[in-house]
Amino acid sequence: MNEFVETLLDLEWHAPKKSYDVVIIGAGGHGLATAYYLATRHAITNVAVLEADYIGSGNSGRNTTIIRANYGIPESVRFYQHSVDLYATLEDETGAKIMHATKGLLWLAHTEMAMRAERSRALMNQACGAETVMITPEEAKQLCPALDLTGGGRYPVLGGSYHPGGATARHDRVVWAYAQGAMRRGIDILPHTPVTGLLRDGGRVVGVQTDAGPISAGVVLSAVGGNVTTVAAMADLRVPIRTHPLQALVTNAYAPGFGPIVASSELLCYVSQTARGQMLMGAEFDSQPSYSRQSSYEFLQSVSAKVTHLLPFLRDLRVLRTWAGICDISPDYSPIMGSTGIDGLLITTGWGTWGFKAIPAGGEAMAELIATGTTPPLIAAFGLGRFAADHAMADQGSAGTR
Amino acid sequence: MLWIICPTCGERPASEFRFGGELPSVPDWIVGDEARNVDYVWMVNNVRGVTTERWFHAAGCRRWVTLTRDTVTDTVVA
Repeated sequence: MNEFVETLLDLEWHAPKKSYDVVIIGAGGHGLATAYYLATRHAITNVAVLEADYIGSGNSGRNTTIIRANYGIPESVRFYQHSVDLYATLEDETGAKIMHATKGLLWLAHTEMAMRAERSRALMNQACGAETVMITPEEAKQLCPALDLTGGGRYPVLGGSYHPGGATARHDRVVWAYAQGAMRRGIDILPHTPVTGLLRDGGRVVGVQTDAGPISAGVVLSAVGGNVTTVAAMADLRVPIRTHPLQALVTNAYAPGFGPIVASSELLCYVSQTARGQMLMGAEFDSQPSYSRQSSYEFLQSVSAKVTHLLPFLRDLRVLRTWAGICDISPDYSPIMGSTGIDGLLITTGWGTWGFKAIPAGGEAMAELIATGTTPPLIAAFGLGRFAADHAMADQGSAGTR
Repeated sequence: MLWIICPTCGERPASEFRFGGELPSVPDWIVGDEARNVDYVWMVNNVRGVTTERWFHAAGCRRWVTLTRDTVTDTVVA
């Protein structure tokens, strides 16, 4: 999505007002979903969403669109399962077609140790309300006939866990569904309006400084991704976020009907098929922090080697496009949501490689926090204060992380 | 591709190295042992621009290298 689309849709674009009840920095999925739920759930519409570039230009436009809830700790599973449920009804709620498709997610194990990890994940998921079951190699082959159960002779499939709720949706349509829903209810979305500073009154954050002038706000929410450290520094807020690039690629179109989303913890890769038939895949994030969105040959080489072990037909396809996003990686691989300890400034960050699937639940929870002033129980464990309190939420459930 | 000049081995690809993290530094304005300790353990500068960091030449001489890198372009400065 780009400037062309911003003029194509039947929406009214306003110049910024001098003052809003709520100013959200970052018009990606999380910022826009928060704005949308503020309007629909809490009737708060004196809201502006500021975006440095075009809408959805950050990681909301650079992910692999996978929606799932089979995470590694109870708090995460409950949170992401709620997000999966919200995604399933998002088309009905917003009236926008987000191309949501439930495909199931196959998580393969190639060693006994990985089998133990998958068993424990399946049991823990079931206990916390997400459906994940163990399957045999034969069942995996039935679900995904293209799978090579010998793993190219190197990574034999011993079994795996199957998460029937695994789904995908079209990333920019999700972003625009929330943007449209928010704008039609009177919320101002201001693309190409970078925030250059935070207005402060004593210890309190009272607004934002932009190239278009200062905008005062009752509450400022940072929904910034990879550049969150820059925004936090404007309020002397220290955050435990490292910015790492995450790369992905798509191939040319293949016969539709590939089947489920296929992932492997040991190989650290995930493959799905887009609605156009392209095979979409990714791996873990780059090891060194960087703000560079450059794709690398090392990524192409390593992800190709991994996925062709499991899905030999991919060898015959061509790489159409690669891209990178810069992810806000938290030390425990869990998100950071809620108050910052600074009056007037809230934060939603640490979305690393797991942000897209969390857009509805994250936005809904942040909207509730802004509207009521109380942190919803669903996200209470994910506050920034958990690090000082030594309650890190270490989660090994993300495919992009070791 | 990122290339790193190792004092022992010369210019080598970054894939031979293991990233060892930025040099920890707690800002002076954070006061109190507890607050400084929390910052040292958890918080990072995550610099957008030139940063100083440690790399371990795992597939080479197995020594540590300190270098400055521009995180915007992902290239080594010195």
